[in-house]
Amino acid sequence: MEKILVGLKRVVDYNVRVQVKSDGSGVETDGVKMSINPFDEIALEEALRIRERGDANEVVVVSIGSSESQQQLRTGLAMGADRAILVETASSTDALTVARVFRTIIDRENADLVILGKQAIDDDNSQTGQMLAALWGRPQATFASELTFDGTTAKVTREVDAGLETLEIDLPAVITVDLRLNEPRYVKLPDIMKAKKKPLDTIPLADLGVDGAPEVKETAYKPPEGRQRGIMVEDVAGLVAALNDKGLL
Amino acid sequence: MSKVLVIAEHNGESLNPSTAKSVSCATQIDGATVDVAVFGSSVAGVAQEAAELNGVARVLSVEREENDPAIAAILAPQIVALAGDYSHVFGPSTTFGKDLMPRVAALLGVNQISDIMSVEGSHSFKRPVYAGNAIVSVDAPADSIVIATVRTASYQAADRGNNAPIEAASVDAELPTHTRFVELRTGSSDRPDLQAAARVVSGGRALASEENFELIYKLADKLGAAIGSSRAAVDAGYVPPETQVGQTGQIIAPDLYIAIGISGAIQHITGIKDAGTIVAINKDEEAPIFEVSDIGLVGDLFTVVPELTDALG
Repeated sequence: MEKILVGLKRVVDYNVRVQVKSDGSGVETDGVKMSINPFDEIALEEALRIRERGDANEVVVVSIGSSESQQQLRTGLAMGADRAILVETASSTDALTVARVFRTIIDRENADLVILGKQAIDDDNSQTGQMLAALWGRPQATFASELTFDGTTAKVTREVDAGLETLEIDLPAVITVDLRLNEPRYVKLPDIMKAKKKPLDTIPLADLGVDGAPEVKETAYKPPEGRQRGIMVEDVAGLVAALNDKGLL
Repeated sequence: MSKVLVIAEHNGESLNPSTAKSVSCATQIDGATVDVAVFGSSVAGVAQEAAELNGVARVLSVEREENDPAIAAILAPQIVALAGDYSHVFGPSTTFGKDLMPRVAALLGVNQISDIMSVEGSHSFKRPVYAGNAIVSVDAPADSIVIATVRTASYQAADRGNNAPIEAASVDAELPTHTRFVELRTGSSDRPDLQAAARVVSGGRALASEENFELIYKLADKLGAAIGSSRAAVDAGYVPPETQVGQTGQIIAPDLYIAIGISGAIQHITGIKDAGTIVAINKDEEAPIFEVSDIGLVGDLFTVVPELTDALG
């Protein structure tokens, strides 16, 4: 295949303990470390491996968001992507709008395959890939843990609740990736220097002519109701007694 | 007046418990009429199970060869064809529903609401974000159909005792052939299903090998429990991926959850916070798992777990 698109979302870093703002308008992001959504890194790693073994010629990374998302795109370029596209918007975008944006980018780029993370670790939605496949009228293989290509088809093993499911899909298609597909490479300093020279195009969202989706309004954020710390027991006998007290044995 | 269509999850033989939980969520909408749609090739038995769920007004069975086994790209256009009669379409937030429902939503031109944990009104819901570190209230647009997945750990299964009518529905939809099922490999296990089990025994990285997980299996078998695990244990190859509990694995709510050698990363806690009682066994007294456990025991799992297994007779 010729071209793979990979989505990179800028999110609060995996290791940050997220705090809800006191006014309930969202979560604290001031001064918080931001990174590529970890599933998207796995998506990019897979695309790079497909290109490196000669099954694709070009990997293009795409992000939708503010100009700050350039940082994540540069990291993607340093990992080895050939080009980057930032669809710039100051406002937050919902999953259907993001899927519609990707749909237009597919046409502009004539992409053969789109690889995305299975979910973003901020909104935990797990929607964009499935929506994009629907709008494109093409196959979706979500939660992928293994994939192989054979000309115009792909075989994808998916991590489902019951075990491992394998689908055969015709290309072009959308694949969303799970944790165990691969381990993303580390970026080396020379690659960061090289990435500065790679093309990063910015397209204002308004220029794409994408229709806005009916809005799901977020009205308030709250911290979760925590569980209370319970009792400590000294030994197994104490544990069995405590379980008996609760009527659990 | 809300009309909710719940998409049943099943394996061709029996209804997945996620369906009864999704029905419970749907009945929380004031005055809602709740129907269940069962897609498959031969679904009489599964449809009968759905008809027995309290709160269900009607079961629609949609039998086509192509519907077995379920493939999102094939089910989605059929659900869209049925959706015109409904104000809401719900699926479970399992890998089945998460795969399927966004495809339905996009075909209908609406956003989807993931992981409903609480119904606040016909178009108002609460859902977890940031691995459960925040709960967000959302309002879906009043003039559009609501497509959503239900966080099954937040709901008890609807009771049985009903006898709702079952109707064969014929659905006019063009089905794609671009996606083909090859196989499903399941961990051949006689143990209870992780989602449905009342008791779960879960092991983490501290087990240190696949062989040592035998300790977990023995305790689980004594308790009639399902097997769970942390991401670290799965990544290390000690247990298969379908056992993983947490933000990116399964979210469960058993009556009893026993976490053994699991430190309790927030991503793991988010998968168990609705459990009835959490027991933690860990040699590190500072482990965060103790912050959320009801009963904690600091000790070496390699001595504590066999002792516990023996103590259970």
